[in-house]
Amino acid sequence: MDINDIIKPENRIYKRPSLLTDSHMHYCPGCSHGVVHKLIAEIIEEMGMEESAIGVAPVGCAVFAYNYIDVDFVEAAHGRAPALATAIKRLQPDKLVFTYQGDGDLAAIGTGETIHAANRGENIAIIFINNAIYGMTGGQMAPTTLLGMKTATTPYGRRADLNGYPLAISNLVAQLDGSCYVTRQSVQSPAAVRKAKAAIRKAFENSMAGKGTSMVEIVSTCNSGWKLTPEQSNKWMEEHMFAKYPLGDLKNV
Amino acid sequence: MAKIRGAVTIEEERCKGCNLCVAACPAHVLSLQPKEVNNRGYHFAFMSSPEKCIGCSSCALVCPDACIEVYRIREE
Amino acid sequence: MEEVRLMKGNEALAHAAIRYSADGYFGYPITPQSEVLETLEAEMPWDTTGMVVLQAESEIAAINMVYAGAACGKAVFTSSSSPGISLMQEGLSYIAASELPALIINVMRGGPGLGTIHPSQADYFQACKGGGHGDYHMIVLAPSSVQEMCDFVGLGWDLAFKYRTPAMILADGIVGQMMEKVVLPEQRPRRTEEEIRRQCPWAVTGKKGRKQNVGTSLELDDDKMEQNNLRFQRTYREIEKNEIRCECTNTLDCDYLLVAFGSIARICEKVMEMAAEEGLKLGIVRPITLWPFPYAQIAEAAKGVKGILTVELDAGQMIEDVKLAVNCNIEVKHYGRMGGNVPTPDEVLNALKELFINEKK
Repeated sequence: MDINDIIKPENRIYKRPSLLTDSHMHYCPGCSHGVVHKLIAEIIEEMGMEESAIGVAPVGCAVFAYNYIDVDFVEAAHGRAPALATAIKRLQPDKLVFTYQGDGDLAAIGTGETIHAANRGENIAIIFINNAIYGMTGGQMAPTTLLGMKTATTPYGRRADLNGYPLAISNLVAQLDGSCYVTRQSVQSPAAVRKAKAAIRKAFENSMAGKGTSMVEIVSTCNSGWKLTPEQSNKWMEEHMFAKYPLGDLKNV
Repeated sequence: MAKIRGAVTIEEERCKGCNLCVAACPAHVLSLQPKEVNNRGYHFAFMSSPEKCIGCSSCALVCPDACIEVYRIREE
Repeated sequence: MEEVRLMKGNEALAHAAIRYSADGYFGYPITPQSEVLETLEAEMPWDTTGMVVLQAESEIAAINMVYAGAACGKAVFTSSSSPGISLMQEGLSYIAASELPALIINVMRGGPGLGTIHPSQADYFQACKGGGHGDYHMIVLAPSSVQEMCDFVGLGWDLAFKYRTPAMILADGIVGQMMEKVVLPEQRPRRTEEEIRRQCPWAVTGKKGRKQNVGTSLELDDDKMEQNNLRFQRTYREIEKNEIRCECTNTLDCDYLLVAFGSIARICEKVMEMAAEEGLKLGIVRPITLWPFPYAQIAEAAKGVKGILTVELDAGQMIEDVKLAVNCNIEVKHYGRMGGNVPTPDEVLNALKELFINEKK
């Protein structure tokens, strides 16, 4: 059978989500951000919430998330996305409100907003990309950087005595009475992508059901920052990141 | 016995040649263009062994740039 | 229905906001303005008008909630006092740069630093010259009575929405804490989502029936960012043309001119009376909008006067704008108290005489 007999509209089983814009993403080749953007676009489409979804973009690599995911967005100041999402959801409770944040945004400068939004049980979904490094500014240490990991500001490796310890902020959020669902996922393999998608969908559904704050941490790669190929990054992540940030649900009520 | 046949299309100009689809493919269908590059200078992915494709979508799932679409038929 | 009540300026802010159909308040307690949040919580407007009231975890979170609420096209506001307003400067810059309407209330206390909880006007520079980063302005309204605290809530939102820019009520701690009679406006209905979609086509409401809306101040294309800045400046020129407000008293025939804003302008009224008894003719200009500043009005009022005294609760901030107003052609001097102290009318009159009359003898 000729390949052109297979490539026909009626045989298509996987397509680019229509909620992704035509813009080429500015992310580096192999970056996990693209996969997660794709999942968010797919889920909003599948939930039929294109017209009522409002995203909050962070400062960091995903600062232009609104150029790729074609729903209404507000661009937050660094770290403040959960505060913005709080106001948007309270003022428009019928909307699907989510933040999209990296580890520097969410777990360093925005720790206060993260903890307090979750503690108030705001009916928002927080999508948290943890690649243990500041990607946008050129690979500096993040709060989640592993001990011994080399970054631009820990050129000889992160030392606990100088830099403190990697912060597992999802574990903190899971302890708060206001959070309903906290999970840690990844997107390096087809199976992982499917699980991550189910988790984000659940977070979105929770927010519409008014169950409280959901947080989906995606343990991710930053191959430019890590100075590895995308494949090597996936392997490195599995070998090193998962030990400190083990995958699975931390809370599901 | 019915046989599953698959095929993918890759939006060449969107592809950044990250190779993650190549690595994710269980049937060794995909490769990066060894010499040819797209307008942005990336060696984009293509079906080097199209006959082996089983339409499992693994490549499309891990593609960060959503440039792969997947087709599948059941051959009786 | 309108209602006449006796209350503090801070309480009037809260009641006025509900009646002027506020959609949301986000704030953090700080003396001397905590009554705003306290009054709102006690009034429970979420049960009556549907207004959202939230005590945020910090001023930083509060102003960013206001930023987001404004991006949604909602009538939102926050209140704080000087140190808290300092924390909000980044957010104010974002609101201005995203061209969003919002109301910010600063009931000033003495600084710098943690300073004191007592009244001050020392945030004039911060409010009028752009406390945050970048080339931006806010409309700054300076109430001198509890009634104006009430009225400027409505005026502030009207102007903020008209020009898509943040507006600030810059009150001093005296106006916030003193009790006076106030006529509260009748309850206005809050706008429906459909009305917001119509009136604010830029608002982030979910992209029903239209293309994506994004509330953002980010633009990495230099030429586009310059165009954004030029557009902001055009708006500011338009505001300067249309929205200057000030009150002139006895300025047609006076020997000396007092320029003062907020509660201090009322002290100056007493100074004027006392001076008149001594045969000394004083006029008063009270800027109501501190930005845009009434340069032309002051220049007009200053024609023929022997000198101008600015009276401020600071080390001399507004005096710079008054000097600009008269191009330094007339002697402008400053009398101020700091640290939470408020001058008596005697003190101001004596200062005027010392600075302008006795010195010349």
